[in-house]
Amino acid sequence: MEHDRGAPGLPAPRGPLSEGVEAYLRGAGRLPRLEDVARAAVYGEDLQLALYLCYELHYRGFAGVSPDREWDPELLRTRAALEHRFLSALRADARLHDGVDEALAGLLVEPVDGTGVSHFLRDEGELWHLREYAAQRSLYHLKEADPHAWVLPRLWGRAKAGMAAVEFDEWGGGRADRVHARLFADLMTDLGLDTAYGRYVDAACAEALVTVNLMSLFGLHRSLRGALVGHFATVEITSSPGSRRLAEAMRRTGAGPAAEHFYDEHVEADAVHEQVVRHDVIGGLLEEEPQLAADVAFGIDATGFVEDRFGARLLADWRASLSSLRAPLDRETAHIS
Amino acid sequence: MPNSPSDRATPDRATPDRSPSDRSPSDRSEAPRRVTVQRKGPLLMEGPVEVELEDGSVVTSDRFRVALCTCRRSRRYPWCDTSHRDRV
Ligand code: FES
Ligand SMILES: [Fe+2]
Ligand SMILES: [Fe+2]
Repeated sequence: MEHDRGAPGLPAPRGPLSEGVEAYLRGAGRLPRLEDVARAAVYGEDLQLALYLCYELHYRGFAGVSPDREWDPELLRTRAALEHRFLSALRADARLHDGVDEALAGLLVEPVDGTGVSHFLRDEGELWHLREYAAQRSLYHLKEADPHAWVLPRLWGRAKAGMAAVEFDEWGGGRADRVHARLFADLMTDLGLDTAYGRYVDAACAEALVTVNLMSLFGLHRSLRGALVGHFATVEITSSPGSRRLAEAMRRTGAGPAAEHFYDEHVEADAVHEQVVRHDVIGGLLEEEPQLAADVAFGIDATGFVEDRFGARLLADWRASLSSLRAPLDRETAHIS
Repeated sequence: MPNSPSDRATPDRATPDRSPSDRSPSDRSEAPRRVTVQRKGPLLMEGPVEVELEDGSVVTSDRFRVALCTCRRSRRYPWCDTSHRDRV
């Protein structure tokens, strides 16, 4: 049995579901019972970590876990039960709009006095906030644009060409030093964080896991290709103004040139990506498959829903002068105080 | 392709002006280049592009698609930075 070298270790379990999945992955125990899956809090730490563990087998895997577990039928059965809970909850909680245009309309305006995380960080963020934000977001940004690659074989024509072009841009346009995940690792170095893949999973809160699980869920299921496209559009449309505020936060706190550059690059890149995703990817997909319009709208609304929950969690902790992380950041890695 | 910081519209990075007539005809593709206009928002065109600014300086973008600001509100003019959006 071959194991993935250089893969992260398994994170600490957060309850019976994640404990069962980990025991099974190590070959040392049983998967959680489906009754326990049915009973757990759907957006809670335990269920979301259990799902995260299942999904990571499709990305980098874990040290000491056989890569063949990715297609283990028993594990996939458990994953399907977790996904069923997650997707049902999202459909019940997030769905707001029936049409794509209506769902997009709210994203295409800029609130005059926004109160989101990027506004907080721009106006009053301190370096410790920025470090926490980067640690939480590293779960996604160190594999930036990867979950979306799974949609490529499920698109064709204009939608495929547009999606591939944006992904090529996300992956550095053929240059390793411009891969966005690389730019984020450089940002983490500026902030004195460890850039090892998976390093901050233990520190990340459930609300952060939810945002990443959403992408994996949409990416891995062809039946959710419309939702994946809606999700991607939301990220690209909201990124540009948010990135400008985060770049300002990095500049104001003196976080460092790479930290500024990651967000500066996204201001301009995503102003273009937004246009391509709306016109070519959504437009092209719905031309071919107009029946997917409701799924695209669902992907947009679900993304807004999980991002709002994550933002609310961060702001609630920070306004109470609390850390948003489950494990404190290692002070020693900080070359800045 | 993402721009490197040196592609930004800063005057010190501007390259000397070169008007289209300086180019040999072989520089140009026979196919017309499509520009997409929208009622609101940037002009979209295939990259790379050079833009000559009012002061004669020229800035370039090597992105696969370029969004040129039409609203004049961009803080990264001539590139769109989504500042054209309505404020609510
Ligand atoms: S057209 Fe987008 S910022 Fe001007
Ligand atoms: Fe990116
Ligand atoms: Fe992007």
